[in-house]
Amino acid sequence: MYAQMVESGQAGTSDQDKAFQDKIDRNVRIEPRDWMPEGYRKTLIRQISQHAHSEIVGQLPEGNWITRAPSLQRKAILLAKVQDEAGHGLYLYCAAETLGVSRDELTEQLLSGKAKYSSIFNYPTLTWADVGMIGWLVDGAAIMNQVPLQRCSYGPYSRAMIRVCKEESFHQRQGFDIVRALVEGTEDQKAMAQDALNRWWWPAIMMFGPPDADSTHSEQSMKWGIKLNSNDELRQKFVDQTVPQAEWLGLTLPDPDLKWNEDRQSYDFGTPDWDEFFNVIKGNGICNRERLDARNKAWDDGAWFREGLMAHAEKTTKQNIAAE
Amino acid sequence: MSTEFPLWEVFIRGQHGLAHRHVGSLHAPDAELALKSARDVYTRRNEGVSIWVVPSSAIAALDPSEAEQNFAPSESKIYRHPTFFDIPEDVGAM
Repeated sequence: MYAQMVESGQAGTSDQDKAFQDKIDRNVRIEPRDWMPEGYRKTLIRQISQHAHSEIVGQLPEGNWITRAPSLQRKAILLAKVQDEAGHGLYLYCAAETLGVSRDELTEQLLSGKAKYSSIFNYPTLTWADVGMIGWLVDGAAIMNQVPLQRCSYGPYSRAMIRVCKEESFHQRQGFDIVRALVEGTEDQKAMAQDALNRWWWPAIMMFGPPDADSTHSEQSMKWGIKLNSNDELRQKFVDQTVPQAEWLGLTLPDPDLKWNEDRQSYDFGTPDWDEFFNVIKGNGICNRERLDARNKAWDDGAWFREGLMAHAEKTTKQNIAAE
Repeated sequence: MSTEFPLWEVFIRGQHGLAHRHVGSLHAPDAELALKSARDVYTRRNEGVSIWVVPSSAIAALDPSEAEQNFAPSESKIYRHPTFFDIPEDVGAM
């Protein structure tokens, strides 16, 4: 997901901790200035900031195609979509900041590589069909996770998710529409869509994080109401929703073990290459270095401009005070 | 790392005559850029026709731990609600 393997803090045993858990169990939202256990605060900062970093880094693979979109309309749509991702990052950074961390600290954690972002954005976008796959599959997977998070226990995070979800459906549909145009096009275009699907399917499946049996941080986060479904639960839901869509498009999912299970009324599917997943998380994916270099370059190249804006703001404030 | 831009709270009034409503916050060097950013960040889908931005540091708020005392006085005054009064049906609409 956009936040993967978030290390979870510990709950305390004091009366205050018990009252806090009781509040969560009664579905009362926690707000920034309310008392909260340190573990809850730290876990949320990690989770929300990782989510925010994913939105920001997530602009890069698609941004790669803005200048090369096949028509003016596709270009305008992609531009709007990538702008939304920037917006989503900003909503989320602000939500994280209500927990007492500064924007500069968050930025520094991303740029130094200390903070993580979703594994999915370390894969390259080789063709225009990849842009379609990101919208259809990656945003589709993200929606699976973000819809329940609208009900999470922390007020500012929940409100940010409500805004994000309102906009996310556009992202998935524009991706599906790109893929649809390709499969309805020439043989070469259809082959391009199939090739992109072959490369994006497993990384999208892995977005949901390791299998529940290996997911060490889930239990406390679920108790605190900041993780609402297990990784495997959401993964299954995603597969069940996506298989019929792929069939409609006439594309083949690259999984020989994929088949309908009549008893479970769900699809059985194969096991992704988890070694690859952990390798990408560790920083050894195809594009990890490129992504971080791009963010660092943008930050460094913009330094003179940010300083200039602050200097101008300070000067104008002084002039206004003098004039009063 | 340079000085961080100050934080602003953003309020937006929609098209249907409701009051400005808090929608979120953002960082900007001054009010002018805060307004421009607020337009880009919070009104990409016609959410509003008017924007206010206020420095976050200018907002005073009640202490949430005192919420019980602060809001207790209104709890016992249920006669402030019209449903408190029993109006016979044959009196008609009131």
